[in-house]
Amino acid sequence: MTALIELERISRTFTTPDGPIRAVDSVSLALEAGEAICIVGESGCGKTTTGRLLSGLIRPTGGRLLYEGKDVWLTKGADLARFRRAVQLVHQDPYSSLNPTRTVFQTLSAPLFRHKKARSGRQALAVVTELLQRVDLTPPEYFLTKYPHQLSGGQRQRVAIARALTVDPTVIVADEAVSMVDVSIRISLLNLLLGLRSEFGVTIVLITHDLAVARYFARSGRIGVMYLGRVVELARTESLVGDPAHPYSAALIAAIPEADPEITRTKKRVELRSAEIPSLLALPPGCTFHPRCPLFEAGLCDALVPELLPIPEQREVACHVAVRERAGEPAAATA
Amino acid sequence: MRGLSIDYLTRRGAVHAVRDVSFDLEKSETLAIIGESGSGKTTLAVGLIRLSPRGTKVTKGEILYTKDGVTSDVRKLDDDDLREYRWAECAMVFQAALNSFNPVITIWEQFLDTARAHGMAGKRRVRDRAGELLDLVHLDARRVLPAFQHELSGGMKQRVLIALALMLEPQLVILDEPTTALDILTQRSIIDLLRQLRQRLGFSMIFISHDLSLAAELADRMITMYAGRVVEHAKVEDMFYRPRHPYSLGLLRAVPRVSGALGNITSIPGSPPDLIRLPVGCSYAPRCPFAIDACREADPPLLAVDTPQHEAACIRWRHVAEVLRSDADVPVAEKLA
Repeated sequence: MTALIELERISRTFTTPDGPIRAVDSVSLALEAGEAICIVGESGCGKTTTGRLLSGLIRPTGGRLLYEGKDVWLTKGADLARFRRAVQLVHQDPYSSLNPTRTVFQTLSAPLFRHKKARSGRQALAVVTELLQRVDLTPPEYFLTKYPHQLSGGQRQRVAIARALTVDPTVIVADEAVSMVDVSIRISLLNLLLGLRSEFGVTIVLITHDLAVARYFARSGRIGVMYLGRVVELARTESLVGDPAHPYSAALIAAIPEADPEITRTKKRVELRSAEIPSLLALPPGCTFHPRCPLFEAGLCDALVPELLPIPEQREVACHVAVRERAGEPAAATA
Repeated sequence: MRGLSIDYLTRRGAVHAVRDVSFDLEKSETLAIIGESGSGKTTLAVGLIRLSPRGTKVTKGEILYTKDGVTSDVRKLDDDDLREYRWAECAMVFQAALNSFNPVITIWEQFLDTARAHGMAGKRRVRDRAGELLDLVHLDARRVLPAFQHELSGGMKQRVLIALALMLEPQLVILDEPTTALDILTQRSIIDLLRQLRQRLGFSMIFISHDLSLAAELADRMITMYAGRVVEHAKVEDMFYRPRHPYSLGLLRAVPRVSGALGNITSIPGSPPDLIRLPVGCSYAPRCPFAIDACREADPPLLAVDTPQHEAACIRWRHVAEVLRSDADVPVAEKLA
């Protein structure tokens, strides 16, 4: 089965006055239709750039973006337009992603007219009303004439999701879509996205720094952990959370404070060798995690870049030591 | 703190941001104030050190502060005593992500400014003290002092802010969202640092956060705020394992975990009330699954519940307890599921 959308050893380098920054470095990721997947990592790990590459908003400097098996950046005309409609991005900040001078109806009807999904005001009104109901902004008539400043953060984010839905996408990339809303309503937004997946088979990629959110969202899917531009581990959610293979994933999971005093005060820690995150301008040689890694082996980790390799239980990990120990054979590394 | 109320005066009318809040804080104790945006938690913290912006009115209440057996009301302090109280007795650490530093002076000048404003003379003395403090928060003074704020990472800035707060050895440190907007590993190091410092220096701490897990990590006692009021006040274990207010329960159920069972996580329906036109009766009633007619008639006072030193502003607390008790010995993570 070919993947619906696929990143094939994709890279993106940004040029800055201080030198080139490799924000994303040969990331491969294949998504099936209807999958829920999370990309997690700390700030600067390249998760947002990956999301932008995935939605075709920025051109890769290496590798390919495939949609239904075709290289997006080589397609033109109708094919490209189809991709543009099929993949939609929902931004992090609902306060700045909506035009403050447009009402909800104006925001949602513009793409309908643009993509000829509606030819009259009445038609547009019918579609927008249905969209608002789909994102639980009810009664729809109440919200149609509202401006963004009259809505709460959660409501705005629902409008942003409704806007992504105007063009019937097959993939939604949600970049930190719930980070700015209050905890009490976060889950309902995640449920809304999950509902779109189960009801309409939309593939949803949630980019987040919050592993607990990722675990909830992708509980029947996968999580990819990124560190300094590379995917270091990709696994089914429960195996990643319960038994992380990469020492970085393990350190993250051990460091998370939990909303339970007994669990959180007795949690086992992973001691890192250094707290300092290397600069993207001067990445360490070999595995970029080696200066901090508790499993560090001199001569191996600081010399060879670990590839993302499969280990048992349908998971992949980019760590010489973990691959060797989990697969029971010497690490096959490429420089 | 006794019956403190704070209003914001706006064109639409007074916003009752903090209503009738009372609590005590003992020496060396850590109190967590938990609430969502608009719950009044930051207004309360800023009010504690009388730094409220213009257009704010403290309508009633007292902030009593005891040192060496002498109790005074912070609201009645004159300018000199107030200056002494701020920072020397009670220091505040704001969110590092916000503009807590002057961007055009170095961290060293920042230290010097603070020291001078509080009458600490002599550059050498300040430099020694700054070195000590930065050492305490695990920063390299030689690297940090000559730097400007934009040259430091979020975690380093938060550490510098904590060091600055400790300069005059305050009895009380107030922290506003100390770990928000920091990465997970940085968050962890700040939490561990605060725990260490508290143990070593024995100051009291009040921290304000929307993050329940931070309270689970550090607090002795906890307050949940909703629409400007304290709705529950309990020891941290009671709050997490035996909550009695439906809002605290709702919050606990809304937070997914990484360890243990995932459980059945649900959002609280609806949204917080308009603080200018509060509903009659309990302000949480419109969102509350336990609400009955009586809840919509009068705003309930804080009531003592079945565990000691535990209060909840809910006339249905027995019902909440009943629901939680139905499967008594299951750990709360699973019980909430």
